[in-house]
Amino acid sequence: MELMQLTAVELGKKIRAGEVSVQEATKASLERLKAVEDKVNGFITVDEVGALKRAEEVQVKIDSGELTGPLAGVPVAIKDNMCVAGMLTTCGSKILSNFKPTYTATAVEKLVEAGAVVIGKTNMDEFAMGSTSETSYYGETKNPWNLDRVPGGSSGGSAAVVAAEEVSYALGSDTGGSIRQPAGFCGVTGIKPTYGRVSRYGLVAYGSSLDQIGPLAKDVTDCATILEVICGKDDKDSTSVAEKNADFTSALIDDVKGLKIGIPRGYFLTGIDLEVKEHVLAAAKVLEAKGAIVEEFDLGLVEYAIPAYYIIASAEASSNLERFDGVKYGYRTESFSDLHNMYKKTRSEGFGAEVKRRIMLGSFVLSSGYYDAYYMKALRTKALIKKEFDKAFEKYDVILGPVAPTTAPKLGESLSDPIKMYLGDVYTVSVNLAGLPGISVPCGIDSNGLPIGLQLLGKHFDEKTIIRAAYAFEQTRTYERSTLAKEGNA
Amino acid sequence: MMSKHYETVIGLEVHVELATKTKIFCGCSTEFGGAPNVHTCPVCTGMPGSLPVLNLEVVNKAIAVGLATNCTITQNCKFDRKNYFYPDNPQNYQISQLYYPICRDGKVEIEVDGQKKFIGIHEIHMEEDAGKLIHDPNTGNSMVDYNRSGVPLIEIVSEPDMRSAEEVLAYLDKLRLIIQYLGASDCKMNEGSMRADVNLSVREVGASEYGTRTEMKNLNSFKAIARAIANERERQIELIERGEQVVQETRRWDDTKEYSYAMRSKEDAQDYRYFPDPDLVPILIDDAWLLRIKEAQPELRDEKRIRYKEEYDIPEYDIDIITGTKHMADIFEETIALGANPKKVSNWLMVETMRLLKEKEMDAEDISFTADNLAKLIKLVDSKAINGSVAKEVFEHIFAENIDPEQYVETHGLKTVNDEGALRATIQEIVANNPQSVADFKSGKEKAIGFLVGQTMKAMKGKADPGMVNQILREELSK
Repeated sequence: MELMQLTAVELGKKIRAGEVSVQEATKASLERLKAVEDKVNGFITVDEVGALKRAEEVQVKIDSGELTGPLAGVPVAIKDNMCVAGMLTTCGSKILSNFKPTYTATAVEKLVEAGAVVIGKTNMDEFAMGSTSETSYYGETKNPWNLDRVPGGSSGGSAAVVAAEEVSYALGSDTGGSIRQPAGFCGVTGIKPTYGRVSRYGLVAYGSSLDQIGPLAKDVTDCATILEVICGKDDKDSTSVAEKNADFTSALIDDVKGLKIGIPRGYFLTGIDLEVKEHVLAAAKVLEAKGAIVEEFDLGLVEYAIPAYYIIASAEASSNLERFDGVKYGYRTESFSDLHNMYKKTRSEGFGAEVKRRIMLGSFVLSSGYYDAYYMKALRTKALIKKEFDKAFEKYDVILGPVAPTTAPKLGESLSDPIKMYLGDVYTVSVNLAGLPGISVPCGIDSNGLPIGLQLLGKHFDEKTIIRAAYAFEQTRTYERSTLAKEGNA
Repeated sequence: MMSKHYETVIGLEVHVELATKTKIFCGCSTEFGGAPNVHTCPVCTGMPGSLPVLNLEVVNKAIAVGLATNCTITQNCKFDRKNYFYPDNPQNYQISQLYYPICRDGKVEIEVDGQKKFIGIHEIHMEEDAGKLIHDPNTGNSMVDYNRSGVPLIEIVSEPDMRSAEEVLAYLDKLRLIIQYLGASDCKMNEGSMRADVNLSVREVGASEYGTRTEMKNLNSFKAIARAIANERERQIELIERGEQVVQETRRWDDTKEYSYAMRSKEDAQDYRYFPDPDLVPILIDDAWLLRIKEAQPELRDEKRIRYKEEYDIPEYDIDIITGTKHMADIFEETIALGANPKKVSNWLMVETMRLLKEKEMDAEDISFTADNLAKLIKLVDSKAINGSVAKEVFEHIFAENIDPEQYVETHGLKTVNDEGALRATIQEIVANNPQSVADFKSGKEKAIGFLVGQTMKAMKGKADPGMVNQILREELSK
């Protein structure tokens, strides 16, 4: 059990040193998982047989010297919107409840090539549309800090299983904050890389111009290590980029002297919890004490980020989800009168309410007569938002702010007011619109015992700077284990 | 007559399947045929998480066609998604180009009845083909084959500049020739690598505004197109004469019944919700790229016509036929390059080849014999190793099986007997055995010699040179 308290890098080290076998590590993960999953419900699919088999194979390769990387033998969970060949890939939806792809997402393949042991697929908001993981067809995931609370979304399952110590690390996806916000709600670290860093091949598309895959783990070192493995240009993804500055682990240096940090004034004016505000600003002070130069500034167009995001993401989603039609794979309605009736019934029965809402919204903004007023305008706004960030990054190296205006809400309280839920994305969506990298690290616990996340944003392809700043900040704290983790072994 | 007062206005949307080895957005083979769904992958079957990756050869061919049709190339162009639900479309959207098509504002020259005219090309864009649906009448089930899904197409949209079926066919023929010559496609209507939809309206001669147009689909041959145009023109005129409105709609042509019926109204046309495909990056075509394509452009049909006229002493009519397909022109040029006399090559193509093509209902594109073997045949005739009628017989085998004529002549013992002595002896015998014909000839009936030549050839089992036979025969007869 203690093996699951280690970070991925620590466990990887022990495995390579021969102190722990891959099978032992995998068994520890599976045991832990069995002990808490009925409480957490973080997984949709657990592949016990496959994982144990794989563990043996990896051990052989480590012994022979074929696998020498830092993640070899370490157990990982993959968000269920990334295809893993032969494994159920549901995207948290009924419409893919029987779908087993014959191919694996490139990012996952890279991990597997590095010796990862995939334990299973994690729960998520259906098709990544949501901020609480409550829209999943497979039930809610609970926050390991408080089982009455949401873990965040849409990568809620990934964040929860890391916080509950069921796996050493996980992959999530982030379109409007879906890695960073659950990381914040669950007290773990998560990175959304620069758009184009990590291949999207095999990631079931939601908002194609916004989606990115990224790591969730206990600390910055883990996240940097994982990102190094999964990033890179992929011939199967035209939007992936080969870019330098990918030696992320070289940025794990406790030094922020002279680092220019900008804090958008407008982030703290309204709608933010007092305790969240206090902790985030305190974090800024910590960095200042370490030699960073911290300054408030005005970031423009903040109020347009959410409308632009929902228009663009929904528009792309409405098109990306057209392929789910009962013709080729997935769920098909049982009885139907003709082709279009089959489409209608399959999709009405197969999709949940939030997905339908966004498909309708997306179809509307792309429709003739409204395309210019909504979609084109949103695209122009996106370009302007990026310009605002470019302007800010002329002055600052890092932009600092909260991940969310609150800590984790209670289960069952968010879905009835979708607009309010959408507004909770205010700190994260603009980052996806601008394509910038962002990291979320824990910066405190509120009076309800819930984690607060600190977000650091960097320039395009400058993950190294935010990794360095996050690492330096992290050195001033100790990792706090979730309530559920502590119950396991105090 | 009423129809004299009406002008037909026609525009065409032509889809051409590009002859690339692999599909437009994935590495699957574009090979025709094969068992259903063997040339597929996650991309062209719309699997979750799959992404399109552009095959640059498609762009190269599209640019080549655009340059050869005098278009302006859109040097920063994009792909857009056209969204509609139909099972032959695995993602339920087709990746096409609406906002920034790769070519614009071109034109091609056609000639009808000696009159030359330019037909404008509004735009050319790249898009992906859909799969094939097969409906089983027994079970009522439909099945889909995605082999064709993702095959690259260019769509060539003309201006409504055509005024008759003849102009339409001339335009299609011109396009076909240009595209074939570029090697961009084989443009076979009967195989579906070239498809045409006809947009037609009528208006009174002299009117300034266009009438309401209909779109006609399912036109699978030049003849069907001509019939459909005539039929639709009459149908629209009748409606107008009766005081009714022509409805803007899509009509499906039934060539066996020779009539069309409405498929769907263009007014209720679906909103395709076009938007730029976020999985594909813009295509930036710089001047250097354009220059490379331009420089690689092979000699096109019109250029060949001019060159053949200057270089070879063959009639224009023959030149037109020979250059009528790139394949035949290639064979012509290759055979000449092997040393054969151009006039003789032309003759073999114009007479025997054309005859056999017609007889076997084949297209010139399907010619399967090589220049090599044709050149050898001509050499055999030139050296008098075989005579004309033997050559014709051998050619039939060359045409059917591309046999090597030298080997064939050897194996079958078809060489002309050139021994003058043996020939004279045979002729003397024929003269002796046919006194009536001899007498007829001597009394002035020139034709009688034909019989004697025939008899000689028969006796020689065809293996004599008719010229020599004639000459020796006359010598003997004049004795």
